[in-house]
Amino acid sequence: MESEPKKETEVAPALIAVHPDQSSVAVAVAVGPHLRVFDLAAGSAASLIDDSDAVPFHKDNIRAVRFAANGKLFVSAGDDKTVKVWSTQSWRCITTVSSEKRVTAVAISNDGTFVCFADKFGLVWVVDLDPPLLDKKPAPLLSHYCSIITSLEFSPDGRFILSADRDFKIRVTNFPNKPLNGAHQIQSFCLGHTEFVSCLAFVKSSQECPQGLLVSGSGDSTVRLWDITSGALLDTCEVAIKAGLLESNGKAEEHGHAVTDLWTVRDGLLVAVAIQSLHGIVLLNCNVSSQTLSVAKVVSVAGEAFVPTCLGSSSSTGNLWMVTGVSSLPGSNNPSLARVRVISGIDGKQESVVLEDESIPGGKKLLETLQGTASVDDNAFLAAAEAVKAAMYNLLIKKQYPSENREYRKKSRNDRKLKS
Amino acid sequence: MMKAKFELPVIGKELRRKHAFINSIYYTYKLRCELNLLKPFIIDMSETEVNPTISKSTRLPRKRFYRARAHNNPLSDSHFPVPISPSHVDYCLHYPQLFPSTGQADNSKKIQFADVGCGFGGLLISLSTLFPKTLMIGMELRDKVTEYAKEHISSLRVANPGQYQNVSVVCTNSMKYIPNYFKKGQLSKMFFLFPDPHFKEKNHRRRVTNPFLLDEYAYVLEDGGIIYTITDVEELGDWMKSCLENHPMFEALTEKELEANPVVKLSSSATEEGQKVARNGGQAFQAVFRRIVPTNQAS
Repeated sequence: MESEPKKETEVAPALIAVHPDQSSVAVAVAVGPHLRVFDLAAGSAASLIDDSDAVPFHKDNIRAVRFAANGKLFVSAGDDKTVKVWSTQSWRCITTVSSEKRVTAVAISNDGTFVCFADKFGLVWVVDLDPPLLDKKPAPLLSHYCSIITSLEFSPDGRFILSADRDFKIRVTNFPNKPLNGAHQIQSFCLGHTEFVSCLAFVKSSQECPQGLLVSGSGDSTVRLWDITSGALLDTCEVAIKAGLLESNGKAEEHGHAVTDLWTVRDGLLVAVAIQSLHGIVLLNCNVSSQTLSVAKVVSVAGEAFVPTCLGSSSSTGNLWMVTGVSSLPGSNNPSLARVRVISGIDGKQESVVLEDESIPGGKKLLETLQGTASVDDNAFLAAAEAVKAAMYNLLIKKQYPSENREYRKKSRNDRKLKS
Repeated sequence: MMKAKFELPVIGKELRRKHAFINSIYYTYKLRCELNLLKPFIIDMSETEVNPTISKSTRLPRKRFYRARAHNNPLSDSHFPVPISPSHVDYCLHYPQLFPSTGQADNSKKIQFADVGCGFGGLLISLSTLFPKTLMIGMELRDKVTEYAKEHISSLRVANPGQYQNVSVVCTNSMKYIPNYFKKGQLSKMFFLFPDPHFKEKNHRRRVTNPFLLDEYAYVLEDGGIIYTITDVEELGDWMKSCLENHPMFEALTEKELEANPVVKLSSSATEEGQKVARNGGQAFQAVFRRIVPTNQAS
């Protein structure tokens, strides 16, 4: 019984990242160990070059991908215990960093000089990208004791680094000038979630709030708004209930509706939220002056089973890119599955429409590149969504052992000092 | 009345070591105590109809009924409730006389001393009368030991009306959940007395004072707050001292300050572990540091 859960956590959700520049230069999708990039400017797939002799390309599931804020770098990292930094101009791997443990999250500092990555044991490491070398040694930055770190983010002004873990905590730490010596000054803890925190995103700074507000999604099916300087919880939005997925006091399926990903659109005034079991996304309004969150609308993807596993967009195109997929389906020999959809008009200026395959930027060619195939098998995607859900829970939800079991397990323990 | 082998633990430690046979029975007894299998047998003691775990003469709990292994897994976390945030800490559960009703959001008084790994509560009991106006709490991972400490405090509260109302213990994993209990800069003193040495190199990260956890301790301590550490293991003592020295947010107290501080002496003499070390003629290694704001903000 113990070995099965291990296999299920091997299943990794598909990830998407969109180049932050206005013209949406590239879209990258990672499914399992495969990293696929489509160059929208060139209108074709970008070929990735990796001649690092250590580990060319990724050998195991990729768990985190990200474009740098300045658009010049791209980072991918995962279960093969490596972090790869790519140049977005040439799509060549410029640095490969080895990690001791599997990597669960990555973040790039706003000026692109540091890459931080977090491993499964709660340690966050930092690498100095300047000068660029093919092999780099990371330095420990901070640690969440024995807790899987699910998300890493830099604050918009670059002063803080945020780390969220499966022990319901979000830690806001001052990012020092010399991060290789460690980040020791904790600014605050954002405590309030009642389940693992899965994703973080920032509402861009404004006059009222120069540091920016933080939105976080969690396994407790809520999205919360925080002031990171004080750690104060400003507002909670019960998205699963509001989206009609859960009854107000629904205890029936307690862990069915974790928030899987968040993305802020239009400088954060709108937040797109992906929830497990929801075929589509929920759009939330973030009101900076009243510091509240409210549901704007639910955009459903009709006609196919599409539960997004990851969201992405670039700042002002008004397109929200979504991907669903899984590295492999347990119990079958299926290769990895991925499906990309786009919602246009997400910034509210026009009607939000889920685009048909032909009308998305890059068209069918993009879909072929990023998905691996152009066709879609509905049943497979339903199974994929279930597999991803199960994997997430096995990884992030703590197993509860009843106290009778504990005593029973202690029985087999042998404390006797004198063995003979 | 049931006597004979169940009375063995009363024999001193020296005899325990010499007699292997009795030793094996003792440890079986200890283990079965933990599994509560002996409960039906113990109850047949005609002197006390009440809970036999409380001594009739002193009205204090008997340690032998609360024995537990000295080492507990610091990675464990699933058998106790954890407050969602510091404002969810139940003050009226811990300090009923000072916080009578749940509704009161009394922001004036907050816990200021924390004994991390408080064991049987020796230090807290001594500190309680020394600082009667300060709220203090002990955090301990072993639930049996926490129960003992709780019973001890309750009995003391009953025996000394008005006293010991400012001290309490909670069963929790302080390595994971300290930020859940205390706000930023809330504590003025933190104690790490005789922590688990975790001798093996690979287990060093499980030590309660490691460079990463010091960030969290610096967060909950106020500016100028003091951290007291002591151990009888020299290697651990050196390690804790160097961790603190290398951390930008802590500086050592001077000799003069150490002399002037009454709590420093208490940390080596007031705990059960400290008394055992003194009894065995061992040496204790202390490191007392103050929390500071780093000189250059961008360190």
